[in-house]
This record gives sequence, C-alpha cells and structure tokens, in this order.
Amino acid sequence: MLGILTLKDIPYNVPILVGTFVGVVIVGLAVLAAITYYGKWTVLFKNWLFSVDHKRIGIMYIVLALVMLFRGFCDALMMRTQQAIAFDSPGYLPPHHYDQIFTAHGTIMIFFMAMAFMQGLFNLIVPLQVGARDVAFPFLNSLSFWLTTAGAILVNISLFIGEFSTAGWLAYPPVSELQFSPGVGVDYYIWAVQISGIGTVLTAVNFMTTIAKMRAPGMTWMRLPVFCWTTLASCIMIYTTFPALTVSVAELTLDRYLGMHFFTNDLGGNVMLYLNLIWAWGHPEVYILVIPAFGCFSELVPVFCKKPLFGYATMVYATLTITVLSLLVWVHHFFTMGAGASVNAFFGIMTMIIAIPTGVKIFNWLFTMYRGRIEFTAPMYWTIGFMIVFVIGGMTGVMLAIPASDFVLHNSEFLIAHFHNTIIGGVYFGYIAGMNFWAPKVTGFKMSQGLGKAAFWFWFFGFFLSFVPLYITGFDGMVRRLNHYDNPDWHMWLIIACIGAFCILCGVVCQLLQIFLGIWNMDKPGHRDVTGDLWDGRTLEWSTSSPAPIYNFAHIPVVHARDAFAYDKEHGIDTRRTSEPYQDIVMPKNTSAGFWIGMIAFVLGFGAVWHIWWLVVVCAILILLIVIGYSFKEDKEFVIPAAEVERIEKEHSRKLMTQVAE
Amino acid sequence: MSENTTMTANGAHHEHENHSAFGFWLYLMSDCILFGCLFASYAVLHGQFFGAPTFKQLLDAGDIEFTTVAYETALLLLSSLAFGFAMLSARKSNKSGTLLWMVVAAVLGAGFLGLEIKEFIHLISKGATPESCAHWSAFFTLVGTHGLHVTIGLIWMIVLMIQVATKGVNSNMMPRLTCLSLFWHFLDIIWICVFSFVYLLSMV
Amino acid sequence: MKKILPKITLSVVGLASTLMLGGCNLVIMDPKGTVGQGEKQLIIMSVIAMLCIVIPVIIATLLVAYRYRKSNTNATYAPKWDFSTTIEILVWGIPMCLIAFLAYHTYVSSHELDPYKPIAAPADNPNVKPIKIQVVALNWKWLFIYPEYGIATVNEMAIPVNTPVAFRLTSDATMNSFWIPQLGSQVYVMAGMQTQLHLMATSPSAEGYRGVSNNYSGAGYSDMKFRAIATDQKGFDEWVEKVKASSKQLDGKDGDAYKHLKNNQMEYAKQNEGNVLPEPVQYFGTVKHHLFDDIVMQYNHGHYEVDTHGNPQAVPTQSNDNHSGE
Repeated sequence: MLGILTLKDIPYNVPILVGTFVGVVIVGLAVLAAITYYGKWTVLFKNWLFSVDHKRIGIMYIVLALVMLFRGFCDALMMRTQQAIAFDSPGYLPPHHYDQIFTAHGTIMIFFMAMAFMQGLFNLIVPLQVGARDVAFPFLNSLSFWLTTAGAILVNISLFIGEFSTAGWLAYPPVSELQFSPGVGVDYYIWAVQISGIGTVLTAVNFMTTIAKMRAPGMTWMRLPVFCWTTLASCIMIYTTFPALTVSVAELTLDRYLGMHFFTNDLGGNVMLYLNLIWAWGHPEVYILVIPAFGCFSELVPVFCKKPLFGYATMVYATLTITVLSLLVWVHHFFTMGAGASVNAFFGIMTMIIAIPTGVKIFNWLFTMYRGRIEFTAPMYWTIGFMIVFVIGGMTGVMLAIPASDFVLHNSEFLIAHFHNTIIGGVYFGYIAGMNFWAPKVTGFKMSQGLGKAAFWFWFFGFFLSFVPLYITGFDGMVRRLNHYDNPDWHMWLIIACIGAFCILCGVVCQLLQIFLGIWNMDKPGHRDVTGDLWDGRTLEWSTSSPAPIYNFAHIPVVHARDAFAYDKEHGIDTRRTSEPYQDIVMPKNTSAGFWIGMIAFVLGFGAVWHIWWLVVVCAILILLIVIGYSFKEDKEFVIPAAEVERIEKEHSRKLMTQVAE
Repeated sequence: MSENTTMTANGAHHEHENHSAFGFWLYLMSDCILFGCLFASYAVLHGQFFGAPTFKQLLDAGDIEFTTVAYETALLLLSSLAFGFAMLSARKSNKSGTLLWMVVAAVLGAGFLGLEIKEFIHLISKGATPESCAHWSAFFTLVGTHGLHVTIGLIWMIVLMIQVATKGVNSNMMPRLTCLSLFWHFLDIIWICVFSFVYLLSMV
Repeated sequence: MKKILPKITLSVVGLASTLMLGGCNLVIMDPKGTVGQGEKQLIIMSVIAMLCIVIPVIIATLLVAYRYRKSNTNATYAPKWDFSTTIEILVWGIPMCLIAFLAYHTYVSSHELDPYKPIAAPADNPNVKPIKIQVVALNWKWLFIYPEYGIATVNEMAIPVNTPVAFRLTSDATMNSFWIPQLGSQVYVMAGMQTQLHLMATSPSAEGYRGVSNNYSGAGYSDMKFRAIATDQKGFDEWVEKVKASSKQLDGKDGDAYKHLKNNQMEYAKQNEGNVLPEPVQYFGTVKHHLFDDIVMQYNHGHYEVDTHGNPQAVPTQSNDNHSGE
C-alpha cells in the first residue's frame, strides 16, 4: 500500500531534523492561523494561487525563491560550521548527513532559488517591457510555476520523510546508482529535478513566444529592451539544453528503477556519457542564470546614470555570442577525465573566448556610468559591487579554463570559490538589484534603501570573507565536499570562511527585514509609489501605474524609439494615450488547473520515490483528465468593460496630478 | 496543449493561432534535441552487448525482421498522410471528412504501436531485455520514447476527435489541429531517423 | 560615497596582499615535481596577464562611480552619449588580444603538460627508466600495485626522486580523481576504464606528500587519503624490501583478501549508518600477476571494449584509455 515507505524512514531520532520539523510546523500553523484570522483564504486561492496574471505569478516565483534561499542558506551555514570545527575531529555532522546537506544546498540554490528567481523576474517585467497585456500562454505560465513549486516541495519533504541524495547536486554516477546509493535520496533528486524541469521548459517556450510575437507596435528587434534580449537568450539556452538534463536524469532513473545499464559500472554502462550529457546542460545553465542578471544591470544602470545604455547593439551581439558559445564549452568540467590534449585545448580556448563578450559587457556598463549623473541607490550599489566581484570571478574562471592549470585546480575549494564568485557576484547580485529596482512596479510600495544598502555591504564583505579563504585553501590542495580534515594549515581559513557566512547571514536578515518592512508600511504615506515611474525610468513598464493594473496597458503603447518611455517623456508624447477612448479588454480567466496539476505532480513524484505505484497511476490519470478537461473549457476569458478601464485609468491620472501639484 | 487567450481588445483570432502553432513549434525543437540526446546515448552505447543476444544474432535468427520494421514505417507514414488529409478537410470546415481521416490516422498509428509492442515482447522473450546490457537499454529507451510519443499523440487525437465531433471545426479548433498535425509529422521524422540509425545501420 | 571608496580600496588591497603572502607556502605554489612546476608557472603567468586588465577595470569602476556621482556637478554630463566607435574597437580588441595570448599558451601547455605524455628522464639521470605504478581506487582507499616488483600497498606509495613515474589508473568502485597536489596533475579513475598519468618528483619527502581523492565518491571520501613518499633510489629500494617482507598476499580479483579489501569499509558503513573507518596503511609482499588488468576487464566482459569516445581501439591488453585526439 505504501510501497517501500515504512515508519523507520521518518528520522525522528535526528535532533536537527526534529527541531527543523517543529520550527516548520510552528511557522506553518502561524501562517495558516493568520490567514484564517484575517479571512484571506478565498483571496489567497482565487487571486493568487489560481492566478494566471504574470505579475502575481512573478511575485509567487520570487517568494518561492526567497524561501528556498533561506533553506539553501541554512545548509550553507551548517556546512561552513562543520568545516570550521571538523579539524582533526568528526565535527557535528556525520558524513551521511553532511553529504545530504551539500547536495541539497546545490540542488536547491540552482533549481529552486536561482531558476525560480529568474523566472520570477521574467514574469514581472517582460510582458510590461514589450508592451503586452500578458504572456503568450497564461495557463502554461501558471502551470510552470506550480511544477517548479512541486519540485521544491519534493526536495523539502525529503528532510522529514526518508533522506535526500548524498550524490552531489549533479548526481554523478556511479555514486548515484542503486549499487552505491540504495536509499531514496537520489530518487527525490530525480523527481524534483524532472518535475521542475518541465516547468522551466514551458517557461522558455512561453517567453520566447511572448517576445517574438507580442511586442508592442513599433518595437522592432533593435528597440527591444536589453532585459528582454537577455530573457530571450536565456530561454533559447533553456530550451536547447534542458532536454539534455531531462535525458541524463531520465536514463539514471531507468538505471535505478528498471535495472538498465546506461551508467552502471558493469554491462557496458558509461559514466562519461552522463558527464557529457549533464554538462551539456550544466554549463549553459550558468549562462541561463547569469545572462538575465546582466539584463537587470543593463536596465538599471542607464536609469540611475541618467543616460542611455552605452553600446546597445554591442550588448545585444555580446549576449547572442555568449548564447551560442555557451553550448560549446561543456568539456571544461572534466578536463581531468583523460581526453586528448587537443580536445582539452579546444574546449579551454572556447571557454576563454566567452570572456571576450562578457568583458565587453563590463566595459559597456562602465562607459554608461562614464559622464553620467550616478544616483547611488541600492540597486546601483549591487551593480558596482557586481562589477568588482565579477571580474575577479571571470579571472579565476579563465584560470580554470586552461586545462593544464585545471589539472591542479579542478574540484578543489578554488573551484567552489570561483563559481560562488560568479553565481553570488553575478547572478545573485543581479537578481537582487533587479528586485530592488522593479519590486515597486508590481507591488506599488518602495523598499527601504537603507536596509538594501546594509544588505549589500554585508553580502559584499561577507562574500570576500567566505570565499577568499576558499581560494587560498584551494591553492593549498584542499578538495571540495570534505566532511573533516587533518591539515592544520586549512583550519584558520575555514574559520574565517565561517565568519564570512555569518556576515552574509546579516545581509540575508537585512533583506528579509527590507521586504517585511516594505509590506508592513505599504499603506503609509511616503511608502507608496504613486507615479508609477519611481526612478524616472526609460522603458515601457514605467509608463503604467504601480502596481500595474491587471491589463498592464489600457492602450497598447506605440513605440517610437529604443528606450520608448524616455523618448516619449522627452518629446511630450502621452504613452498612456489618455485622451483616446477606452475599449473593452479581454483577459484570461484565472484557473485552478495549473495549481492542481502541480500538486498532483508532487504527489506523483512522492509516489514514485517510494514505489507506491497505484498512487503514481492514479496521479498520472488525474493529470491527464485535468488537461483534457481544461482543453474542453470554452470560456477561458473575461471582459473588462471600457467603463471600468476608464475608471482605473482616471484614478491613476488623478493620483499623478496630485503628485505633480504637491 | 492549445491556448486561446485573446490578446488584443479587438481580439483577432487569427493571431492566437499563430501563437500556439509558433509556441508548439518551439516546443518541438526542444523535443527534437531530447531525441538527439537519446540518439547520442545510443551511439555511445551501441554494440555493448556483454553476453546478451546481439542485434546481428537476432537478425540472423529472424527475430528482428526487416519486413516488420518496414510495415511499421509504412503505417506511420500513411497515418501522417491521413492526418494531412484530415487537415485539408478541416481547412474546408468539413467536419465529417476531418473526423473520417482522423479515425484513419489513429487506426494506422495504433497499428504501428501494436507492431512495435509485439516486436518488443518478442525481443524480450529472446533475452534482449533492457536490463541485459547497455545496448538494449539504449535501444529500448530510444525506440520506446518514440513509442510513448506516439501513444500521447493517439490520446490527443482521440480527445480532438471528440471535440471536433461535439463542437465542429471552428476557429478554436484549428490551432489545436495544427499543433497535433505538427506533432504527428514530427514523430514521422523522428521515426525515419530511428529507422535509419537503429535498424538500417545495424542491418548493413 | 566619499566614505565608500577608501573602504573598498582597502579591502581589495588587503585581500590581494593576503593572497600574495599566503601564496608562498601553499602547496600548489610550492610544487615538488616537474609537472607541478610547469603548472605553477602557467598559473602565475596567466594571472599576471589577466590582472593587467582586471585591476585597471576595478580601479576605473570605482573612479568612474566616484567622479560621476550625482552630487558632483563639476563632472561632464553627456546625457545623449551612447556610442563611440573607438571605444567599441578597444573594448572588443583588448580582451581579444589577452585571450589570443592566453589561447596560445593554453594550446602549448595542454600538449606539454598532458597527463598522458611520458616524462623524459632528467638531465642529471639520463639512463633512468620510468617506474610503473598501477593505481586502483576502492571505496574508500587507494591500492597501489608495483607490477615490476610484484608488490602492492594501500594508502601509501613511494617513488624515487628524479625518476619519471608512469601511472595507470582504474577504479573497482565509484569514480574518483587521483591527485597528489604537490606533484602536479590529477586524473579521473573510473571502473572498466583506464587512465594514465605521468609525474616526477624533484625533491624528497620522507613523511610523504599528501595524496587525495578529488572526486566525491561516497561516505568515506574525506578519509580517502594516502602519502606519496619520495626518496632517493636507495631509500626506495629499502621501502620495496620492507613491503616485500610483508607476509600478506593479494590474491586475484575474486580472492578473499582482495574482496575483503574491496568491501570492508562499505560493509562497515552499511552497518553503522554511513560512518566509515579510515583504512590503515597496508603492505602486500606478493600480488597476483595481472591483477590490475583483471580488475579493468571484469567490467568489460573480459575484453577491452569500452572507450569513452566511442572510437574503437585495437589495443590488446596493455592500454585502453579514453585518450584521443593526438
């Protein structure tokens, strides 16, 4: 009835997990109680969970990402503490627990923090920037979100039922094969990654279609905002490389569930096939993540420097160059497998070539700042911090790209420092800058600049404190994923790294405070953004009110130039076309189908992990029925009458007038 | 999966059709890469028999018959052709013609699937099971994934037949039929590759 | 902003100097083998080349950010300026030159420091023959077989200095990476496959250089360490004698002694919630002939068929590696 699930799979004898469980239950009950107390259940489901509005889905993605950041960051703190004390001692985490933590940290941070955050930003901004009322496929958008969430829940449920994978975030075989990992940990990993992966591919298709087909009239390709270009590049990479992830993990699944021999030691399995397939996805993946971050910087630097982006065309070409090159470098993750010198040299050089367009981008931001009037807001702090941190990360990346150097740096703490250097310094700084920049647009309230800047300083110094020691221990021959060690030279550095992690913790607390205070004060005067154009923005999203109305634009804007809104402001054109008569607007209806499919997919994954086959079959049939049922539905749209549109727009105009009068 | 969302106030339905067909086309390219990865796996692992019956042995013993594969190919290609006729009828808003040709396409597709399942069962009975060695793992996964796609296509086709029967061929229906037709032809192309790389190359 | 600039400069300078000072006794910066020395020089050269751009960029970022702050109304403000052909050429050209320079060195060093490339005998010892060592990664220990001496050891190996060492490596469990940081390159070891590595120690070390596995391989990974003793020829011969004197034997791949060695830690881990005891150093006075080849071949159905690149290699029993592209 319950497959291989038994009572002894509940880890009630592990104090850390029991403590976590109690914490989660208390927080969970408090949230449920609060929702009940304020009577928000209907609102929660109807207006949020079932929503197909891209802005709301975007916010939900970012909430998911922040929750996952918290989880992944707790893992990081535990690892740092373990390594700080595990000199000549076993530390406080036995290998079996520690190995799950580093696997979960990587899996969560990449798949459920960074990917979710990125999709959140796509959702918040892309339709607004291209002047559309929604994405091309609103239902699929909701479905993508719920599939990602299903994966996230699956990873987290593994804390309390069974175990998580101990095989590392890429589940290299043969460690991840049944022979060496007989538990359910790898299965949790497999199903979480696969379910969320489907969601990600759907997002890519959705946003490519949105950008290709739904741009406002006049928005030619070379007038497309850079963030949309980077979204497009990222989506192209997602949809060309995620199949490789799907196939590699699916083949691992077949090995584990049906006894096949893709990557087993015996009967012809080939580990290197897995490494090639997964890195054919894995390397583009980091560009999938970082390119939209570059897009955030490209949008906010011109706004805060009060001048257009330097070298727009160059930026676009550099982005596309990186997109193509990213597909040709995966072998640099395993130079040490013993491929020939020429193969290694080829992939090493291809990797370095990516540094050229990336360098160009840095110069472009620099020259955008040059002869500007730089306003030092929190997003700008993150940007300058990024430029400093990221060039260092780029340099260490090129060091790793030289095969002969890689032979002594590969898989060491140097590598760990390098990729955190680029992922924290590039991806995270970029997303947070973007969030600080755009959040007022969709929430309608401003975020505290002071706390934002404080968070930046903690992250900036915390980053150096945490990862410079790892660069050093890497040079001292320390390898990654060590549970304990006996080399006295490393001890001091690992203690410093641990202090750095706690410094970053202060940054995370500042950011959480920033968000909570923002929500707490949202209705107080001075905290609301009434103009809709908080920063004197340059692109279309700033032409509508904050928060943007459900239909985004009462009249689809007409684009006259690059930086459409800046042009309109300069030439006195009313982007909102308030004098023209309003028309009925047809919008997609909210639907619960995406939510239910996601939740059932989670149950399906859970059933598959525990070999509860009847449950898997039931869930699969249910999903099929919901999809078919949804396709029979005819009235998927509703009409916002012209009068209502007029009322909303007049209200916004009135606020704008009062603002000007003040 | 078709989406019908009116994007502009003056709601040109023509535009939606473009969107779902375009979006679905993008998805198919992704699916194509998925098959590419499966082909790559097969290319790496093929020939790794380790005591399991080899492709050649099965061929020599008559357990893999060229004629069966040829029938499979013919059935799938004819099914694709039939669906093409269904689309032509749909364009002319000919409901019964559409339905008729869709039934033909579905029956031919089911015939393909039946033959494939029969072949799989026969191979397994001869010891060439997916667990026996890397070659057969890769073989069953590649061919099986195609078969799975055909199965999904058949379910989709049945659903659309019901929708056409109850709702007729309207502007809502066309994008859905277009997507399925893209999918169905796409599976043909994949099959041609399977046929060439997996069967023909091993036979010569 | 005025307060920020010195803060950042200080931190950058501080960190950079820590790196430089610390560099003196870090093992990668203090290599004891020819390969490691080549790699150290390559790293230093590439870092200096890149710092030539990285440092100016960081300084320029800070200076530009400071100079063009909003409150500085003296600074030029060019609200329309967004293109300059000269700058475009420079920002594409400068990185291109740097990468071209590094690419050249990448190509040369990839061939020169290829782990598969045999090392020539040193000038002061021109007649020395390379010593052969076969390495088997087990969960979670290293087995070293000296085929020319018929001995084997666990978690300790010895090599004579100034003598090229030719490793052949495989795994009889999970994938690992064989690495002696102070001597230079690492290489993956995988079951059913064979990789090669060539190293040469230039200075002796009686307590032995640290050797590790550098690819996570399961619960016992952290203790999968060994010592690589480097001595003069005399010391090496004595070490060989010491090992030969051991009465322990390593029988074939199906023998009890080998099976125990292969499985003992994994079985302990199974019974003890994943905890693993480190494997002590062991000496085997005799070892079955062709044990290494038997271990490789057991996964290949008795044949060398596996080749990670899929190109058939007509190599009988001596070498099957995934080395190609020469």
